[in-house]
Amino acid sequence: MPDMVTLPHSSLSGKPQQRQFNPYSENGGTILAISGADFSVIAGDTRQSEGYSIQTRYAPKVFRLTDNAVLAVNGFAADGNMFVKQVRQRLEWYRHAHAKDMPLRAIARLIQTMLYARRFFPYYVYNILGGIEEDGSGAVYSFDPVGSYERESCRAAGAAQSLVQPFLDNQIYFKNQVPRPGHPHPQHLSLETVIQLVIDSFTSATERHIEVGDGLEMFVVLAKGSPLHGLENFDGVQEMTVTNEGERIFVVRRNLKRD
Amino acid sequence: MTSIGTGYDLSASTYSPDGRIFQVEYANKAVENSGTAIGLRVKDGIILAVEKLVHSKLLIPEANRRIQTLDRHLGLATAGLLADGRQLADKARDESANFRDSFRSPAPVKYIADRLGSYVQVYTLYSSVRPFGISTIIGGVDQDGPSLFVIEPSGVFFGYHGAAVGKGRQLAKTELEKLKLSELSMRQAVFEAARIIYLVHDDSKEKTFELEMSWIGDETNGLHVPVPKDLLAEAEQRAKAELEDFE
Amino acid sequence: MDHFPTNWGRPRNDAFDAYGTYPISQRPYNGPTTDAFSDGIQHTQQPIVTGTSVLAIKYKDGIMMAADNLASYGSLARFKDIQRLHPVGNNTVIGAGGDMSDFQYIQALLDQLMIEEFTEQDGHSLGPSEIHEYLSHVMYSRRSKMDPLWNSLIVGGFKDEKRFLSYVDLLGTTYSASTLATGYGSYIAQPLLRKAVEGNEDVLTEDEAVKILEQSMKVLFYRDARSLNKYQIAKITADGVSVSESRSVETHWSFAEGIRGYGAQTQ
Repeated sequence: MPDMVTLPHSSLSGKPQQRQFNPYSENGGTILAISGADFSVIAGDTRQSEGYSIQTRYAPKVFRLTDNAVLAVNGFAADGNMFVKQVRQRLEWYRHAHAKDMPLRAIARLIQTMLYARRFFPYYVYNILGGIEEDGSGAVYSFDPVGSYERESCRAAGAAQSLVQPFLDNQIYFKNQVPRPGHPHPQHLSLETVIQLVIDSFTSATERHIEVGDGLEMFVVLAKGSPLHGLENFDGVQEMTVTNEGERIFVVRRNLKRD
Repeated sequence: MTSIGTGYDLSASTYSPDGRIFQVEYANKAVENSGTAIGLRVKDGIILAVEKLVHSKLLIPEANRRIQTLDRHLGLATAGLLADGRQLADKARDESANFRDSFRSPAPVKYIADRLGSYVQVYTLYSSVRPFGISTIIGGVDQDGPSLFVIEPSGVFFGYHGAAVGKGRQLAKTELEKLKLSELSMRQAVFEAARIIYLVHDDSKEKTFELEMSWIGDETNGLHVPVPKDLLAEAEQRAKAELEDFE
Repeated sequence: MDHFPTNWGRPRNDAFDAYGTYPISQRPYNGPTTDAFSDGIQHTQQPIVTGTSVLAIKYKDGIMMAADNLASYGSLARFKDIQRLHPVGNNTVIGAGGDMSDFQYIQALLDQLMIEEFTEQDGHSLGPSEIHEYLSHVMYSRRSKMDPLWNSLIVGGFKDEKRFLSYVDLLGTTYSASTLATGYGSYIAQPLLRKAVEGNEDVLTEDEAVKILEQSMKVLFYRDARSLNKYQIAKITADGVSVSESRSVETHWSFAEGIRGYGAQTQ
């Protein structure tokens, strides 16, 4: 078990070593979110591992918070699950106080506050929040473990971040692509394109990273009045919408390689 | 004070000249106004039964229970102020849990009765508090078998084969005395307890009542649980029938 | 930026690692070795008397679990009649690896929890999922106090026609799957269990489930030096909980004679 770390006192050998409990672990997996003009896609694989062992092939890392917000957590699973639980409790209190769901940007700030409150014993978790803003635009917020955050249009985090993010930079931000004269890069990508990019990202990460695989869960959040963009044609798509406010949430599940 | 002739009943911390503590006696009055509660210690267990007077038809049946569970093997029935009974049961649960923490075994019934007796007694010492307005029957099965205790508002507690507190206690006691308690089985005792509660209930003065019964012993694997619905119904039916024959 | 929270707040030796580029394991420890309170509080401990693997699988009728009867004191086989499968209520069994005194504390904790629930007399009782949730909070809050309960726990149960099987450990990490194993079992037995169980959860009979666990316990006994050929099997089904008497499997050690360093040396 990697639960103990040895703290070397100095490079001199022969001295007694201090052994200390290590309250952290790293449970692998990768998460990813991409926003479009009127939608957001938040995805994560479902493998949970420690070292070379797969603990389970199905442990969700992506959670519906409200009808317009989905949170993906990656890193130390115990911290992640506990953090999601606490965020959900705060959102419930907000609902009781204000009789409506908390807006996305407020959830983002709430998450930063909660993470920063634990600055000196951090949640070892990378968070990506996706959803629909009050103005109807798709949004993605990404966080570091102590609460630094920014709004972006796409972000990958976790074990295969270094594999997926460059791919996204190329395909979403068109980095290192020179547009043909008279054919500028599109301002916004379609949902269909985005979903294909997400699936490709995860199949590729599964091929090249041992901690990624087993299953893929993609949450799609659609803005008020947005058409389904062909989402209805995906097999295994499941609607998760709860309220009648207009935003809709769907989840698409896919198998990934289990080796 | 002098104009009334006596001021000795205003505080539990003051004796009267002839050595009585009136506040404790008034607490006993509160008990006497309450529906009867009885406890039977028989061969293989304990039966607790309560005549719960229903003061409003709007109440949900089985609400405001007067028999409470303290631990797996301990039960308690009170006569008097309902809320005082709740407070005492909470205390009893604490005591039982603490005993388990200290000794990793279930608390003897006598130990709990002793602790509660001491607790109740403290409320007879200070002018700032009011004595408990309840008499409590504690029943349970421990290492030494079934045992039954009654704690009074003064804090005094005694062990009994059969106990009765509340409004109909005198009649209930005479009925209990007629039984050979140490030879009865739990099942037989359930019928006797139901009969006694129905017998002591005063139809002319009180409106309706609910029979509340629980048992602990071989029949329940040593757990304090309510008497099963069908058995309770049968016991009530028999009690009513016998009452009609009697009249 | 240094993305490893374990390094944050710890002084770095600039003379030795000017740019913070050394891997964590090689980084020098420059912090204080003691402080004013270090004699007073010693939260961080280590397991003393320990149990090894616990195995658990889903099968047709419910959950089946296995754990041996050994509690080791380091490499000494100290207690050989310890029960590591503990029923909680009528629908749940918890199996424990790791520190046995912490496990006994957990048993007392759960016993009190079940009594509090029982005294309510409201017709509800705690099932396996509630017990697992409770345990995960206990384990996580203790790790957050840097005073962990040094165990890996498996919670198995059957309630309301549903099987339940989940894991929680000293870090508060949780997960569930149709096969679970703690300790060495997670390396040695888990692959065997997955091969036998995954996809067959709803068809495996009780006898088949017993055979799978027997085989895995045998392999563990051959390979895990902290195991014992005396173990119990628990099953949790619609009929409730049952923990078997201790049993053992037949083993053959004659092959060991041919192993260099164990049997007689021929050359």
